[in-house]
Amino acid sequence: MLGFFLGRLAQAALVMLVMSVLVFLGVYAIGNPIDVLIDPAASPGQRLALIQQYGLDLPLWQQYLRFLGSVLQGDFGNSFVFRIPVLSLILSRLPATLELATTAMLIATLLGVPLGIWAGYRPQARSSKAIMAVSVIGFSVPTFWVGLLLILFFAVEFRWLPSGGRGPTGALGLSIWSAEGWTFLLLPALNLSLFKFGLLIRLVRAGTEEVMGSEHVRFARAQGLPERQVVGLHVLKNIGIPIITVFGLEFGSTLAFAVVTETVFNWPGMGKLIIESITALDRPVMVAYLILVVLLFVLINLLVELTYGFLDPRVRVKGAP
Amino acid sequence: MNATALREGWAEYRRSPVAVLALLVVVAVVALALLAPWIAPQDPYNQAGLDLFDARLPPGETGSGGYVHWLGTDNAGRDLLSAILYGLRLSLTISVTAGLVALVVGAAIGLAAAYYGGWFGALAMRVVDLQLSLPAILLALVMVAMLGQGVPQLMLALIAAQYAYFARTAFGAASAERRKDYIEAALSTPLSGGRVLLRHLLPNTLPPLIVVVTVQIATAISLEATLSFLGLGLPITRPSLGLLIANGFQFMLSGRYWISVYPGIALMLTVLAINLVGDQLRQVLNPRRRR
Repeated sequence: MLGFFLGRLAQAALVMLVMSVLVFLGVYAIGNPIDVLIDPAASPGQRLALIQQYGLDLPLWQQYLRFLGSVLQGDFGNSFVFRIPVLSLILSRLPATLELATTAMLIATLLGVPLGIWAGYRPQARSSKAIMAVSVIGFSVPTFWVGLLLILFFAVEFRWLPSGGRGPTGALGLSIWSAEGWTFLLLPALNLSLFKFGLLIRLVRAGTEEVMGSEHVRFARAQGLPERQVVGLHVLKNIGIPIITVFGLEFGSTLAFAVVTETVFNWPGMGKLIIESITALDRPVMVAYLILVVLLFVLINLLVELTYGFLDPRVRVKGAP
Repeated sequence: MNATALREGWAEYRRSPVAVLALLVVVAVVALALLAPWIAPQDPYNQAGLDLFDARLPPGETGSGGYVHWLGTDNAGRDLLSAILYGLRLSLTISVTAGLVALVVGAAIGLAAAYYGGWFGALAMRVVDLQLSLPAILLALVMVAMLGQGVPQLMLALIAAQYAYFARTAFGAASAERRKDYIEAALSTPLSGGRVLLRHLLPNTLPPLIVVVTVQIATAISLEATLSFLGLGLPITRPSLGLLIANGFQFMLSGRYWISVYPGIALMLTVLAINLVGDQLRQVLNPRRRR
């Protein structure tokens, strides 16, 4: 187990190193930050001093090493636009995004799992067909478009909920402590949950259909267990592990998709920050965001693989490529 | 694939009325996009032909051009029906081209990895898996940020974000076929390896790839619209559907819903119809269903 763990850890570190090179090169190619940084009226002398201060006159590989060295110390530099350390800038936006993504995942799970089980339990029923149609719509329709429709109906037409922004924040920088906070959170969370909702319905239905046809469900029924117990205990238990896996893996992509929802609803999270930095050519913020997101993904994948290795010894043996 | 198989496949496909309807919608959308320059009342790319007096006309009003704007006009005085038709044309061109190129690139990588195996196959699939673990929107976002705005850049971003799906599918299907006797038999004849790959391995991995290509084209349309909506896609002088929607968003809050809503409906119908067709194709082409 320790060898497996160390092997995976080394692989994750290698991936991070490769990604840091790619991100650095990619962002480097975007444009000359000097034009953003320096007042056009600055004298050539001031210009040169700034170029030297940021190390932009060094060869590319030296710039990378310098960058890698500071990143390993947790220093991503200062934002060109906000003039504050990038790491604290991104971390200050983190609670908003985490709150949004978590609420969205919870909505998707609480609605998607029961509906998926029903659709898998009664695959031929009319209601099941309707559920499946909803799931197709859920991941066919672009997220930003659904967001606009939600705003049109609930904010413009009925005026029930605000059209964007975030409510007052309390402890931990979260806005879930007040009812007003929830009125702001509800629409974006619903919007973000839709894709995962459609995905979960399909996944759970497929799992349920498979388990329903298996031996142990037939035996459970033959024992005379009530249907509620058959579904609630045996089916749920057997589809539980894949659902948890997907939940873990999809959480990362929900964070990435929050980019769209945050822009639509003017939600002050990390996603909105990255879009703003791309438009403003704020290089340090882009680099830091991308590296942090990749790190998050690598960690989640690592965690899921380790859990597998823990649960299923076979994975450990064939784990090494 | 011969005529009998096609007929049988169609018989199977026809069983779902929803899927047939979706196929009709797809055909209609493609036809409208192809014919856009001839059937659109106005050329939305011709800036000189736009009249600001016609801006934000509600649906059904007659503008200074003397014809009825059935879907209204946008804030620059563009006839929305024309803009939607041209937008569809642009969105479809970008996503179909990107989808097909991604298919060729991805299938080549996947097939080669399955056929040759070894360190090359392992490395190629490792990269593909790594990429698949990252969401496509993120990759496309980074690519567009790096490459800048424009049609070729957008296509490149979509290809880079999507080829991995084809590579993974082709690799899976080809690895399963590779072990079968007919491939071994073909390899024992003096046929060249390339010929076995193209004439024997490739045709048998096509069904799953066809399903993936439909789904990926729908995803590409959606992604392109999303990127344009975020302001990272195409310039406003050549509006795609996503940009039309983004553009109308600011007027939505003041009740001028049509600028955003009609392009949105066109986008939604297109993506939904393609996905439904893909869904049914998956059922028809599923090897477990074949008798």
